[in-house]
Amino acid sequence: MKVSDDIVLRIEGISKSLSGKPILEDCTLAVRRGELKVLIGPSGAGKSTLLQCIDCLIQPDSGDIWLEGERLERKNTRKLCDYRAQVGMIFQDFNLFDHLTAEENVAIALRKVRGMDRRAAKARAMEELGRVGLARRALLYPAQLSGGQKQRVAIARALAMDPKVILLDEPTSALDPELVGEVLAVIRDLARGGMTMIMATHQMEFARALATEILFMERGRIIEQGAPETLLAEGSTTRTRDFCTRLLEMG
Amino acid sequence: MDSLSVVLNALPAILAGTVVTAGNVAISLAMGLVLGVPLAVAQVYGCPWLRRLVDIYVWFFRGVPILVLLFLCFGLFLSLGLPAHPFLMSCLVLGCTSTAYQSQIFRGAIQSLPQGQLKAARALGMSDSTGITCIILPQALRLSIPGWANEFSILLKDSAICFVLGTQDIMARTSFVAARTHEHLALYAAAGLIYFLLTLAVLKLLRRLEEKVHVPGYSSTGGIA
Repeated sequence: MKVSDDIVLRIEGISKSLSGKPILEDCTLAVRRGELKVLIGPSGAGKSTLLQCIDCLIQPDSGDIWLEGERLERKNTRKLCDYRAQVGMIFQDFNLFDHLTAEENVAIALRKVRGMDRRAAKARAMEELGRVGLARRALLYPAQLSGGQKQRVAIARALAMDPKVILLDEPTSALDPELVGEVLAVIRDLARGGMTMIMATHQMEFARALATEILFMERGRIIEQGAPETLLAEGSTTRTRDFCTRLLEMG
Repeated sequence: MDSLSVVLNALPAILAGTVVTAGNVAISLAMGLVLGVPLAVAQVYGCPWLRRLVDIYVWFFRGVPILVLLFLCFGLFLSLGLPAHPFLMSCLVLGCTSTAYQSQIFRGAIQSLPQGQLKAARALGMSDSTGITCIILPQALRLSIPGWANEFSILLKDSAICFVLGTQDIMARTSFVAARTHEHLALYAAAGLIYFLLTLAVLKLLRRLEEKVHVPGYSSTGGIA
């Protein structure tokens, strides 16, 4: 894995409360180019909220976001759209556009956001679908695809925008167990290809094998972070290891 | 003169009225579509005062009978010194009423879509207006077709009441002939049949449209496709 020193995305002091209840408290992290940061933690820890705050799909109450050193002006709608176009987002429940074919799902943002013409957008969409192994499914609609295929289309859709970083919000949690592998394989290829990513997941084996760093979240805070081999080392007494052990016992 | 020949003699007049009815309904429906969609969008995504404004509009036109609205409109035109053209006033009243009803059909459809659709559009860098026009409305309008077909058939029948202003529609022409010939039963049966056939034809067309724009993989019969 090629990890360089330049920081692609940095967030500092992100906090969010909903109806007076704190969901995120003072979250800070920085991702360098080519890194895969894995967010783990119990349900309700704030992993999903954190990822959505990073993409400003949920507006944080406070905190700052920098993309390649440039501070995001969250209140400026145009700059916000521009920022989001450079940050890929993969959702747990895919969120493919139900009325569009796989190819159109990938092409639409190229046309409407990047301003590409129909033909060029289609060519690019086919290329990305090929990359996730779905070129032959290009003309199918989301309702005609399996969960794993839907998530791969969603990944192709994000990749087509040439994102500087991709945020993945439990990309395999809504999948049948036998479909998890095909999605993880695509993400693994991306990680090996040097894509910068932040991923929330419960797939511990995957995190252990590929994460540059694991961040453990609990009650809206990042309470531990470090390389998987440190946090998950045999005999270590980290909260992360404790959580993983219990996860493995249950599974 | 027997009933049949009365109806046959009146037919050209009634058919001319059919054109007026069709025009009245088509214009009103189109107005409802053009204004109802932005109203629905405003009601779902708009700022609080805008939503409130749309609420009041919808309450008013859903709450006041069309007959009252027609006379209100007539009164308004007179007091403003405008030419009280019956067809124009009919289109205005039916159009405003249909806008209110259609906006609620579209609002329901928009709100029935998963929240993740607009979220995914935003995540790709689309502005809210692009997301709404390219992602939300194409899906919401498909879902609206059955409700919209209902709105059409109600509006077509409601249009009959516009004869009180002197609109020369099916109803006005039929009642004119009926008053002269006293062949009420046969003439109104003929008028009813024309309304029925108009409804049937357009509902069939809308059903075909629904099938044509149906997204593959989704069942139209309630089962799993």
